[in-house]
Amino acid sequence: MIFLSPIKISLKYLLAAKFRSFLTILGIVIGVASVIIIMSIGQSAQALILDQISGIGSNLIGIMPGASDEKGPPATAMGMVIKTLKYDDLEALREKNNVPGISSGAGYVTGTDSATYKGNDLTVSFMGTTAGYLDVENTEVESGRFFTEDEESNFSRTAVIGKKLTDDLFYGDDPIEKTFKLKDQNFTVIGVLKERGSSGFGTSSQDNTIFIPLKTAQKLLLGIDYLGYIRLKAENAGDIPSVMEDIKITLRERHNIDDPSEDDFSVRNQASAMEMVKNVTDILRYFLLAIGAISLIVGGVGIMNIMLIAVNQRIREVGLRKAVGAKNYDVQIQFLMEAICVSLLGGILGIIIGIVISFLIAVAAQALRYSWPFLISWQSIIIATLASIIIGIIFGLYPAIKAAKISPMEALRYE
Amino acid sequence: MSIPIIQVKNLCKTYENEDVKTKALRNANFSVEKGEFVSIMGPSGSGKSTLMQILGMLDRSSDGEYFFEGKNILKFSDDELAEIRNQKIGFVFQSFNLLPRTSVFENVELPLLYDKTPDKNNKKKAMDALHAVGMEHRKDYLSNQLSGGEKQRVAIARALVNNPEVIFADEPTGNLDSRSGLQVIKILQKLNNDGHTIILVTHETYTAEHAKRVIYMKDGEIVADDLVRNRRMAENENGFLK
Repeated sequence: MIFLSPIKISLKYLLAAKFRSFLTILGIVIGVASVIIIMSIGQSAQALILDQISGIGSNLIGIMPGASDEKGPPATAMGMVIKTLKYDDLEALREKNNVPGISSGAGYVTGTDSATYKGNDLTVSFMGTTAGYLDVENTEVESGRFFTEDEESNFSRTAVIGKKLTDDLFYGDDPIEKTFKLKDQNFTVIGVLKERGSSGFGTSSQDNTIFIPLKTAQKLLLGIDYLGYIRLKAENAGDIPSVMEDIKITLRERHNIDDPSEDDFSVRNQASAMEMVKNVTDILRYFLLAIGAISLIVGGVGIMNIMLIAVNQRIREVGLRKAVGAKNYDVQIQFLMEAICVSLLGGILGIIIGIVISFLIAVAAQALRYSWPFLISWQSIIIATLASIIIGIIFGLYPAIKAAKISPMEALRYE
Repeated sequence: MSIPIIQVKNLCKTYENEDVKTKALRNANFSVEKGEFVSIMGPSGSGKSTLMQILGMLDRSSDGEYFFEGKNILKFSDDELAEIRNQKIGFVFQSFNLLPRTSVFENVELPLLYDKTPDKNNKKKAMDALHAVGMEHRKDYLSNQLSGGEKQRVAIARALVNNPEVIFADEPTGNLDSRSGLQVIKILQKLNNDGHTIILVTHETYTAEHAKRVIYMKDGEIVADDLVRNRRMAENENGFLK
């Protein structure tokens, strides 16, 4: 009886004044719904970002020219041109004797210039890279082939294009074996990469990029002899720390550096980038959760308010219950259970609304072609349920104690 | 002689309101034996309701002693008093005090819900009580769908349901027309015949004369305590005449 009867009673009173009840629980509904939505969006956004980063590969190690602090941006990000990283460094790093844990590696130079095909003139990004690109970047050719290690350095005028350029430059024709001009040099298309969609760092426009052999890009298009950066892929993510150490040793040896503080390169890996993104989104999520918590507290105050009114309105009922044998504890439990029921009802409604809205957001994001997963964690539902029960207890306690203290004689005399 | 069910000695009650002291009850002395039907009568403000509330353990006296079944209840805690009210006392109020939006049956069952002893047959007890007041055909009605007389009969059933030693009725006919009032008195007389002790508070001589004994009060004091010589029996009366 102690538990069932108050639930019945509170439902009766809730239903008797539907609109007022709705207003009472609205604060809790909004609070809980926002907690659910925030947790869901936070998780989905994190999953989306991490998915994009790991799409590049979490086994990746990046080598940038110029020294840099572990946490700070690389020197090249400041617009400085540093010429310390060479094609020979890449070759040395790909050597199993130097760095045993490496499965593949690629060197990169980038530029922008105009490409022309049958009168279609387009400004495009191009990338000079090596045969290891496909493996390092976890991507594939859709048709044709990528260039070979020989073509990397024999000034071959072959090109592999991003999927979107098929339409943008080649009018939707099959571009394989077609010849086009890039900075007045003729190139022949040998392959088309699979579409990748927008994605994380560095490769955001793979679909719009023309890929040409590294040496060709260095000498014919850019007139340089250094590399923009190198990416290496470790065989096992677990080996990354030792692989990074091997890389540093190899490069210091090649660059004649004795003191590590004088490194003219920096080595980073994707895992630390993921860690960073995760930290940032976590902070954002906790911040939004705090806002949700505030609206829960506001909802709790609403419940306290309505319970105080209920105690006053039902003072004769309290008197009667005491007259027929209810103890202070019975009255207190009854009003406390009512507050919990009201709060929990708001919580359940909030959870349902939160799930529905999170789902709609996921549908909308997916319609915009983001790989946005619909994620509702059990934790968020359990937290929301517990939170609404706790709010009911905290804000229902004072009115319940007040009701329990009412003297039966005064309550029965109350008009 | 057996122990009286109620015995009070020098019972006093003083209300204090914003430093103004009001003596609502002065030195009440009397006892009630099991099976009596006592009216407490007096004009409004005479202290009869105060006396009933103390006897019914809804309030505590300021001074004096109160023995219920020989036990001094002044020593009891609020929760112990609640238990005595639950087990041994039934109340009937002028304004019925039924729970709104609640069925007749649930209203009658209410005291049983606060009875923590296991092994009980709530449904049968509640139906028996409704039968005793002739209201079993209305058991599923909501309390607010009943007429005044019906409400009071349900209230009596609620007072009866725990088979109490004493039933306190505070102006039970006050909000009723004379025919319904008479019916309520008739039920109380029948319950008394069945062995229930009844204490009826009223300001009407006519109503009081249905009891076996009348305690008269004035200004907080008991001014007379007499047996009723020509007791009225409700079953012999026509409800339209007073």
